[in-house]
Amino acid sequence: MAETLQIAFGARFLASMVPGERGRVTLVRGPTSVRHRLMEMGLTPGTDVRMIRAAPLGDPIEIQLRSYRLSLRRSEAADIEIEAG
Amino acid sequence: MSRALVVGAAPPALMRIAIAGNPNSGKTTVFNALTGLRMKVANYPGVTVERREGRMRGADAALLDLPGIYSLSARSPDEVIARDVLIGHLEDSPLPSAVLVIVDASNLERNLFLATQVVELGLPTVMALTMMDRVRARGRTIDCALLSARLGVPVVPVVGTTGEGIAALRDALAHVGPQGSRGIERMMPPSLEEAIDEAAEHFRSNGAFGGVRPRALAALWLAERLSDGDSTKGPAGQRAAARWGPTNEKLLATSARLAGALPDAPAAAIEARYRYIARLTEGVISPPASGDPAAAPPDLTDRIDRVLTHRVGGPVVFAAVMFGLFLSIFSGAEPLMDAIEGGQRFVAATVAAALPEGALQSLINDGMIAGVGAVIIFFPQICILFFLLAILEDTGYMARAAFIMDRLMSRVGLHGKSFIPLLSSYACAIPGILATRTIEDRRDRLTTILVAPLMSCSARLPVYLIVIAAVFGDRPMLKSAVLFGMYAFGTVSALTMAYLFKRSLLAGPRPTFIMELPPYRVPRVAGLIRATWHRSKSFLTEAGTVIFAACIVIWALSYFPGPPAMAAAVSSARGEAAGVDAGQPLAVEALAGSERLRSSFLGKLGRLIEPVIEPLGFDWRIGVGLLSSFAAREVFVSTMGITFAVGEADETSPELRHRLASATWPDGSRVLTPLTGIGLMVFYVLACQCVSTLAVVRKETGSWKWPALMFGYMTVLAYFASLAVHQIGLRFHLGA
Repeated sequence: MAETLQIAFGARFLASMVPGERGRVTLVRGPTSVRHRLMEMGLTPGTDVRMIRAAPLGDPIEIQLRSYRLSLRRSEAADIEIEAG
Repeated sequence: MSRALVVGAAPPALMRIAIAGNPNSGKTTVFNALTGLRMKVANYPGVTVERREGRMRGADAALLDLPGIYSLSARSPDEVIARDVLIGHLEDSPLPSAVLVIVDASNLERNLFLATQVVELGLPTVMALTMMDRVRARGRTIDCALLSARLGVPVVPVVGTTGEGIAALRDALAHVGPQGSRGIERMMPPSLEEAIDEAAEHFRSNGAFGGVRPRALAALWLAERLSDGDSTKGPAGQRAAARWGPTNEKLLATSARLAGALPDAPAAAIEARYRYIARLTEGVISPPASGDPAAAPPDLTDRIDRVLTHRVGGPVVFAAVMFGLFLSIFSGAEPLMDAIEGGQRFVAATVAAALPEGALQSLINDGMIAGVGAVIIFFPQICILFFLLAILEDTGYMARAAFIMDRLMSRVGLHGKSFIPLLSSYACAIPGILATRTIEDRRDRLTTILVAPLMSCSARLPVYLIVIAAVFGDRPMLKSAVLFGMYAFGTVSALTMAYLFKRSLLAGPRPTFIMELPPYRVPRVAGLIRATWHRSKSFLTEAGTVIFAACIVIWALSYFPGPPAMAAAVSSARGEAAGVDAGQPLAVEALAGSERLRSSFLGKLGRLIEPVIEPLGFDWRIGVGLLSSFAAREVFVSTMGITFAVGEADETSPELRHRLASATWPDGSRVLTPLTGIGLMVFYVLACQCVSTLAVVRKETGSWKWPALMFGYMTVLAYFASLAVHQIGLRFHLGA
């Protein structure tokens, strides 16, 4: 779905990043409490992120931000818009 | 202002210092280093968030280790507790006289999110920067003096594992004074600052929060109010009203105005705080020695994770770790459990020799000693499990386990963090349920709790073993297959029920999985032992009392009112015994016991329910076993021993096996056929026959609603599954 949106709107999402890729958060969407939690964990607009890897079964993913590692599901990562870092 | 009063008053005899910090920030290591070995572990009233308190060495101060949290916004039970302690609004917990806030220096920005919130409360505060060794290893330095000057609180660098800086920290805590009068930096957008000012007026006049800055209270209140939509109604509204006191029109108007002026004010506040943190830390951390952090070689954690979360290697290592965990719980505890059983038999024999036969001897032996035994028999397993869980937790592997398993668990609507509690439940549902505390989402946690007792615990094993031995005789392959089948059946049932609960009763918004993957570290043995002991001890005191009480009740039900006439019973026993076993005195005694049970309340109950359980293929004697198992499943074997007049019995007793196998209905057909055996085991797989589990669930969920639901659905499930096995089996002539 993320890929479709990307083609449609030209936006990139955290969920579609490949391991090693870097980016910068531009927008965090999703349900209020999830969005607030993600932002409190440091995923605020303007934050640099790097995709590290996906779990063995492909989901969740591990990212690096603000000098720590965070894991989140692809469904949450699909709500985080990024631009090339 | 009331804070001035607190500060100006004569120093209290005992300082009370609350320790706040992020999970994985080294908070517990600092707590342990400051307190030494003395500490008290309890639960906060009404919830089972661990309350750890200790006395600071060399100072008159009590240290309260708050649960690790990421924010004061209070979305999880842990956060609510920590926040309420820090604003002095928790039952039995007066406002702390000082706060120690722990900040992981290697992860400064995110740790400062909580830390700045805590500093802003305005209590006398000391900040400890932990993991300084890791910062140095990255070739960086931190200017603590600069950070301290900017924050207005002392900042002490420490390395918890080596004790470096602990003396300085102790000194800073002993001399901590009120914060400067500069107040909170106005970091928020103007409309939010304005709303905070207005709301602060309200809290300034509210005496309940003396000692905490009204502006900080205002910010917390607005964040809570604007995050939850309409939080004034329902239980959430009641809790909010209890915490924040009555709201008035003016306060509500303020929040409404803010909601209009700044859509999603809480998000704006979070962004503003991170911008503030960027200003705070500018020039505080030296740039990395190598320039670009990406150019630095991957650190140890990275190298370990390349194996442990590898597509192939990850699951392999994970399976090995889980197998090892399972194996140690099962076999590691065995010698100790045997020793406990031996000790129990010895004590019972001593009592039997010292006391005349009768109600008192029976109460002590069959009630009290059996009751104590039923509690401590689990103790070795629980200690081992808690120790291993502490290792997984402290090394950082627990987070990887959740990372690896989340995909599978999400298929049934659960969380990666549900895996360990469910796995632990193979040993015993109680530690499994206690291990669900790490699950933030209430629905995910309740679902995990509700299905955990379906995982076949070690108390079911003796039942499986005796029944399998009785009905499948000497066919080892078949026996193993049936045993494995029971475990598999329990697991599938648990996952299926989780799926159903998540789609009905506990359906909620899309489940989330947002979890930090902390760096790997070598656990401290002292910390592991401490955590193991205190958690295991709380099992003894909390669940133990209920199990003990239940054993006494079951004893009384099975002992009273006693046979109509003891003499008649013994003579009838003798008569029967003559036909059975050449009138050995032991057999006579056993038969007298059987007769007593038959005429007891429990025996009467067994016969009362016989019509209900007959369609399942069970007679009243098995009914008695089922009923007594509701205290604890393993009682089944000893009750069967009494019911079938074998006397002392355990699952290896050949005689009990034989008696069970040869028991007949009045018409002469066998009671325990392979079919009824399977039906009986299916019942045990599914039924919630464990008072202790229910007691723990009551404690964990804070209401009888959930244990009642658990008991209800599991009993219904057990009955109908067992009924289906028997009736379908009969239809296909598998009864013989």
